[in-house]
Amino acid sequence: MRKRVIFNNKLLPYLLLTPQIAVTLIFFFWPAAQAIYYSTQLQDAFGLRTQFVWFENFEELFRDRNYLESVRVTLIFSVSVTVLSMVPALLLAVMADKQIRGATAYKTLIIWPYAVAPAVAAVLWLFIFHPSVGILGRLLLRLGVPWDYALNDGQAMLLVILAASWKQVSYNFLFFLAGLQSIPRSVIEAAAIDGATPTRRFWTIIFPLLSPTSFFLLVVNLVYAFFDTFGVIHALTRGGPGQATTTLIYRVFVDGRENNLLGPSSAQSVVLMIFVIALTMVQFRYIERRVHY
Amino acid sequence: MISRRTLIAGTAAAAGVVAAPWVARAQAQRVQVNFWHGLGQPLGGILEQVVAGFNGSQTQFQVNATFRGAYPETMQAAIAAFRAGNAPHIVQMFEVGTATMMAARTAIMPVHQLSTDTGVAIDPAAYLPGVRGYYSTSDGKLMSMPFNSSTTILYYNKEAFRKAGLNPDQAPATWAAVREATQRIKATNAAPIPYATGWPTWVHHENFSAIHNVPLATKANGMDGMDAELRINSPLHVRHTQMLVDMQREGLFRYGGRDGAGEAVFATGEAAIMTTSSGFRARALREVPGGAANVGFGYLPYHNDAIQSPLNSIIGGASLWVMQSPNRTRDEYRAVAEFFKYISQPQIDSKWSQDTGYVPITLAGAAQLRESGFWAQNPGSEIPTLQLQRGTATENSRGLRLGNMPQIRVVIQEELERALQGQQSAEQACNSTVTRGNEVLRAFERANR
Amino acid sequence: MAERKPFPNWSAHFILVAGVAIFAFPIYMALVGSTWDASTIGRGQMPLYPGPLGIDTYLQAWFSGQGTRARGAPVQVMMFNSFVMALFITIGKIAISIISAYAVVFFSFPLRMFFFWMIFITLMLPVEVRIVPTFAVVSDLGMIDSYAGLAIPLIASATATLLFRQFFLTIPDELVEASKIDGAGPLRFFWDTVLPLSRTNIAALFVILFIYGWNQYLWPLLVTNSPGMETIVIGITKLLTAADAQADWNLIMATTVLAMLPPVAVIIFMQRWFVRGLVETEK
Repeated sequence: MRKRVIFNNKLLPYLLLTPQIAVTLIFFFWPAAQAIYYSTQLQDAFGLRTQFVWFENFEELFRDRNYLESVRVTLIFSVSVTVLSMVPALLLAVMADKQIRGATAYKTLIIWPYAVAPAVAAVLWLFIFHPSVGILGRLLLRLGVPWDYALNDGQAMLLVILAASWKQVSYNFLFFLAGLQSIPRSVIEAAAIDGATPTRRFWTIIFPLLSPTSFFLLVVNLVYAFFDTFGVIHALTRGGPGQATTTLIYRVFVDGRENNLLGPSSAQSVVLMIFVIALTMVQFRYIERRVHY
Repeated sequence: MISRRTLIAGTAAAAGVVAAPWVARAQAQRVQVNFWHGLGQPLGGILEQVVAGFNGSQTQFQVNATFRGAYPETMQAAIAAFRAGNAPHIVQMFEVGTATMMAARTAIMPVHQLSTDTGVAIDPAAYLPGVRGYYSTSDGKLMSMPFNSSTTILYYNKEAFRKAGLNPDQAPATWAAVREATQRIKATNAAPIPYATGWPTWVHHENFSAIHNVPLATKANGMDGMDAELRINSPLHVRHTQMLVDMQREGLFRYGGRDGAGEAVFATGEAAIMTTSSGFRARALREVPGGAANVGFGYLPYHNDAIQSPLNSIIGGASLWVMQSPNRTRDEYRAVAEFFKYISQPQIDSKWSQDTGYVPITLAGAAQLRESGFWAQNPGSEIPTLQLQRGTATENSRGLRLGNMPQIRVVIQEELERALQGQQSAEQACNSTVTRGNEVLRAFERANR
Repeated sequence: MAERKPFPNWSAHFILVAGVAIFAFPIYMALVGSTWDASTIGRGQMPLYPGPLGIDTYLQAWFSGQGTRARGAPVQVMMFNSFVMALFITIGKIAISIISAYAVVFFSFPLRMFFFWMIFITLMLPVEVRIVPTFAVVSDLGMIDSYAGLAIPLIASATATLLFRQFFLTIPDELVEASKIDGAGPLRFFWDTVLPLSRTNIAALFVILFIYGWNQYLWPLLVTNSPGMETIVIGITKLLTAADAQADWNLIMATTVLAMLPPVAVIIFMQRWFVRGLVETEK
């Protein structure tokens, strides 16, 4: 769709677009092209020697059992974060949707954690679950649970999932609440007159009506878990123990930044770009609607 | 006398107000040298005092020390700055970055060349062999300036030893003795954690190999070539890893995390025995409940059925690298060389050691510490230096020069962690470390060929 | 008829209170942590109630940032950096997005859709996936350790452009006609009509983007390496990993509390805009 009435100006629209396009070209397209180029190169840390190695970096990557392992870690992490941040949010939203006293206050008290940076959330939870400092960490040890996230894969994973999910509940809560509030009361009341039990009413009427919201949140949370949780892992476990919490993004960082492996890290970037493009394609219908409505 | 001094000071102060612009100009005319370091507090502050001492000792040169985050971050910053064409003159680089720096031929200025070019004498023979060996080429040419150096030793909590009925004045010397002590500590409930360790790879792999005279890697631990291969799956290495796994299963050992993270439990008094950096001394004395009287020191334990008399341990810590950059003047290099000469003086070196707990890096500095009675007054403070000079160094104990060593350390820790969790046997862990570590070495070799 | 509820009201209150408590618990512990001395915390003996030190710890964090072990930049410096970065990103994103959306909607010119899709595609290239090459570009441009380097690479925004575009499409043609009859040019129309009409959208975006900017982590971690340039979020985790040392927990917790204040205040005091912004940008 487009406007019927427009301005006729030859140069101005280009000028208006220049800043955005410039940033896009310099900081998005150029680095993306560089990533493809570098992925075929091998270079020392200081950039003094560069060689062209064809697809050697990719071959090494897919031979690396730890890289394949980090795919698995990423999946477990992302799915868990999505579930753990959506289910409590739905429960809280259903409760807050009731006409009870103080609903607005509850809302405010639930949404503010959204403002907390993932890395800061990680530090807050670390302070609680640290084995020798944290209040719950020490409690677990006293109860005889061998709590040590520095050594136990599962516990480390649990901690990063917890810290990553915590702030995201607020976000999901808001959307579920908005979704619930847009369901007409009359629909629910009609069902009540038909004699449906409250639980049944929720599953047969309310939940299906929420499914567009749920689907949307599913995608958003997966994207969040993929890309925005780097800070949580960096602050809490640095990818360990072993490589138990090394996600794909964390691995790009470690190889590119800490290990100074320009080529191998770029090869991973290329793989991730292909993945993101595929993900966007899946989302495409949804976005298309958004763009062309 | 007093009044005259006050008078002079007053005049100087008054003149200072008037002459401030002139002073500022003189300041600007000094040759400026940027020095990036990676020491947090309190060590960073002490380092900056050393720098201030140099700046005050002459009027030609001015060294500006800046803290750039921990060692890995300082390294990243220096590499990024080099690539952007504005590298600092001096960068403090941790020992495991040595191979990376040496391979960066045109990014650095070797110290021996700096000495020749500027005519400022820097004699390698002045430094402790264990220290200079780590930072020299195999023909003895100094590549970087030895600086803060430490090694790994044993600490124990005397109170816990007393409670367990162990002799609080005797540190366990062998791993068999450590194990026996931990069993007593556990049986008597003398401490919640019988044994813990800081710096798992530095203690249990790097120094372990050196004192037992077994190779960590071929080619003299990489000193003789980039095509070195790891050797840490030898029977002795497997056995030692197995011992750690067993001790952990029996509740005698608790793994406290990578790098220095494990030290915390000794500082809180929870752990009875700790093996970690000699640089931990100051913190242990300050924080362990019961204070200095409660902390005992010992040499790094060894397996007495594997070696009769253990060799020297190897250092850790950092050295100072001179970096090249476009438009760098002769005067700037001269300033760097003068600064290096300044910090190598025995009195500066021994004071640095006294203040920080690092070992003295010069023979003269070590002698001064002994003669001044500092070692005698501070029990245990002589151990690191003596341990570094123990026996005759072999190619297994001279030091390490493995490419991407920080990454190899991570690999070792990862595989060790998997073994400690029971996901794999000690032998699998050692083999897998070697396989993965060799891949890292080959990647370094490829990128630097 | 009275609605039968799936749960009685008291259970709704119970669940909500539990939810609120879980959300508040980490913050409460952080506040408590900032009021005890580091050794008490380090020994694991911190009680559940506040200790005696509060103000001192905050002053220490604010003015020096130097603990007994950790060595950070003063919080006031890091807060300033975070503010500059967050505002730079927020204003930059809004400014370049609104004018490019304006160009796409109100003009007809060759390659219009090409440019539009070019902006749109940036959704597929988050900075996280191309860390090293982006850093290399910024480094080549000499923007390491500068506010420009912190902010500019993040200010391209497909989402904001889409939002403004959608909104502009709802502006009635009559308004444009009227303004043309009055002899107003495109810039005049933008300034006098479009911008005032966009106020709500701008306010909503401002809240969301400010929080986005303030909470950046990976990018600042890459492009800043001098202590004077650290943002507060980075500063906290640096305190945590001070080499060879146990953490100064009291200082870390005070810094954490201070770091959360601005974005949380924005959400609480601009809640209406926040909710609207969130729903609008993600719709």
